[in-house]
Amino acid sequence: MTELPPRSIESPLDAAIAVTNLRKHYGAIEAVKGISFAVRRGTTTALLGGNGAGKTTTLSMLLGVLTPTAGAITVLGTDMLRRRYRVLPRMNFTSPYVDLPKRLTVRENLRVFADLYGIREPKVRIVEIAQQFDLTDILDRPYGNLSAGQRTRVSLAKALLNRPDVLLLDEPTASLDPDIGDRMRTYLERYQRESHCTMLLASHNMAEVERMCDDVIMLRAGVVVDQGSPAQLLERYGRENMDEVFLDIARGRQNEHEVGAGADEITA
Amino acid sequence: MAPAHAAYTPASFYPQTGFLASARRVRALVLRHAYLLLKSWPRLVSIAYYPTVTMVLWAFLTLYLAPTNNFLKDAPGFFIGAVLLWDVLFRGQLGVSLTFIEELYSRNLGNLFVSPLRLREFIAGQITLSILRTAIGVGGACVFAWLLFRYSIFSLGFPLIAFFTMLLAFGWAIGLAVSGMILRWGLGAEELAWAGIFLVAPVSGVYYPISVLPEWLQLIAYALPAAHVFEGMRAVLLDGTFRWDYLWNALALNIVYLALGVVVFRMAIRYARNHGMLLQMGE
Repeated sequence: MTELPPRSIESPLDAAIAVTNLRKHYGAIEAVKGISFAVRRGTTTALLGGNGAGKTTTLSMLLGVLTPTAGAITVLGTDMLRRRYRVLPRMNFTSPYVDLPKRLTVRENLRVFADLYGIREPKVRIVEIAQQFDLTDILDRPYGNLSAGQRTRVSLAKALLNRPDVLLLDEPTASLDPDIGDRMRTYLERYQRESHCTMLLASHNMAEVERMCDDVIMLRAGVVVDQGSPAQLLERYGRENMDEVFLDIARGRQNEHEVGAGADEITA
Repeated sequence: MAPAHAAYTPASFYPQTGFLASARRVRALVLRHAYLLLKSWPRLVSIAYYPTVTMVLWAFLTLYLAPTNNFLKDAPGFFIGAVLLWDVLFRGQLGVSLTFIEELYSRNLGNLFVSPLRLREFIAGQITLSILRTAIGVGGACVFAWLLFRYSIFSLGFPLIAFFTMLLAFGWAIGLAVSGMILRWGLGAEELAWAGIFLVAPVSGVYYPISVLPEWLQLIAYALPAAHVFEGMRAVLLDGTFRWDYLWNALALNIVYLALGVVVFRMAIRYARNHGMLLQMGE
């Protein structure tokens, strides 16, 4: 999908996000078991896996809202565990696990976050992003009165308000109808190409992954079990689409295809 | 939807560090709650409702008892003043903990904690909102005290400002600790925000002197800033003297309690970060 020149995936120096030996225990349960990966600057990478694979746990650690048991995370060259406030203004995220204040209007919500991110001329930026996400007509409606699809668009608008260099997206188009979902993807793709933003996307929509992502990291039970570009994975598993690849990996059938070496191949 | 046509323009930010950057983020948090408060007159009225009704009750009780009671003859505004000052403590605490609970209810805590907002700025925002809520709640009751009973708590002058500040600060300390406990144990512990403060009411000497308490309870009472404030208020109203010793004691204790409140809240945030509760906690 990208128009960027091909880059070496193996160089951690080129990584916007570098994760090394990341672990997370919840008591006796080990949710993430020492994973390492790198996300190249200016690309979109999918973090895939079934329920409980460790995607949200990993994203939460990347955002600094969950403390890892062990390991290191570097975002844009900054140690996230020690100096996250240096890089948080250049990041943003959207997740179904969070919401925005329902009694505030869309405009008020965006204004609060514009101020939190220290955006100059927030009114101008809000009008601009409202146009881009077709929110102009609902700017003065309470967020709680919006449909699920409208709320998702507002959450995405909030996530792009500060024009982030690193964007973490957890199921960004899950509740959107196909039309709006497609427009959102188009917008995200365009934004990514123009800004050279790095996106890490957790999604269960494999068509979305095939369309948007340069690289895929597959998690199962807290372990990176495979990674590569969608094209590489399709070839490696001999499948027609990413849905089938996902099922192969999620059900542990990658050994039948004598694959999985990709996990080490691109580990930072 | 408009096509994604707009040419990309790099972000233009204010500086992200320094006092002004912090003040801007605190203002953003205050703005978020001010939007909520100011657009709902029932919400505004409800803040002033309870202190006003309580004040009216005690004022009528004073009118009833004053003709036969020497104590109330000497200090007719005693109970009204006590009620208003108690409410400063109550509203001060509530302002801090309700700000936090509101974020939990709206599942907005995750958005705030992945933004550049620091924990100390979040606390500063809670305290600012506590001052606003107290001003609305107690201010409303003060107006009614004047309109209905011609009683002005402001006639106390400087001692009022000093005691007011001490009670607010103690309220913040309790509010921070309560916020931490709610984060630790979930919204099931929400009742603490409303009822927790009443645990200190019997030993604060709001309506009676600390000397009436059993000796062992007096020791506990004097370990709380509130007891020193209300004893000090009694000295002003009954003897016409301002007891600096009570003020210094309250100040010293408040420093300790505020530090404890911040520590409890920080520990709860650390616990939440360790257990993945910041993104997932909510109604």
